[in-house]
Amino acid sequence: MTLRALLLVATALFATGIYGLVTRRQAVALLLSIEVMANAANLVFVAFARFGGAPGHPLVLFALAITVAEVAVGLALVLLLYRRHGDTLLELASEAKG
Amino acid sequence: MSGAELGFGLLAFLLVGFPAIRVVTSTDLVRAVLWLAATLLGTAVVYGLLHAPFLAGVQVLTYVGGVVTLMIFGVMVTRKYDGTTVAIDGTNRLRGALAALAFFGLVGSAVVRTDLSQLGAVEPPSTQDLAFALLDRYLIAFEVASVLLLAAIISAVVLARRRDPLPEGAEAPERVALREGSVP
Repeated sequence: MTLRALLLVATALFATGIYGLVTRRQAVALLLSIEVMANAANLVFVAFARFGGAPGHPLVLFALAITVAEVAVGLALVLLLYRRHGDTLLELASEAKG
Repeated sequence: MSGAELGFGLLAFLLVGFPAIRVVTSTDLVRAVLWLAATLLGTAVVYGLLHAPFLAGVQVLTYVGGVVTLMIFGVMVTRKYDGTTVAIDGTNRLRGALAALAFFGLVGSAVVRTDLSQLGAVEPPSTQDLAFALLDRYLIAFEVASVLLLAAIISAVVLARRRDPLPEGAEAPERVALREGSVP
């Protein structure tokens, strides 16, 4: 059975995303890490749809739509940050804190 | 762990895991985006192996075709230096490795310990079933997702169209022109 192997790969993928999220300072690179993590979640959905018959496929489609929306807004914010400060390092966005 | 399981895990790691590691470690942002495309393509292959051909196609179309293109534009437009290399902080690298290992240890041990033997292979729904599910059972979620996409498009346009902020106390040039009567 390959379900366990798949779940472990998805976990590794999510952990990789966490590593990127902590180490990167560039806003675009952070978006990339978030993509990797979302991908891991989708992989788990598809794995459980194949093994055990969970209704994972519609969820993957919705997750895809949400990710695309997130990337569009995220990149617009990155563009705004670049225009304001001339760079996309995340600590420049400190004025956005509560 | 049987041989087939090991082989499948190895294949999935080569297709998905290795490019993902390059995504987070590559110092060149454009290369990182291209490695992300490789990760997403590898995931599409795994979807195909898991009897989800429609999702594999959608993954290639929207992610590799749409999101990665968008990301490349994002990197190109906002590049500050001649290259796009980015330094990775040394102390942060330690923290990141610790966080990632802690997560992997926690969730991975849970995965290894859980009894998954009851979950046998099931033929996933066909594309037709998926279409019926989307437009029947998940209709409201489907519509909400489309509204979300619309909101995202509008907000992205609004955010990206804003002009450069003026320095403190400065007046917008259009307003000055309007006050001085040079604009009809």
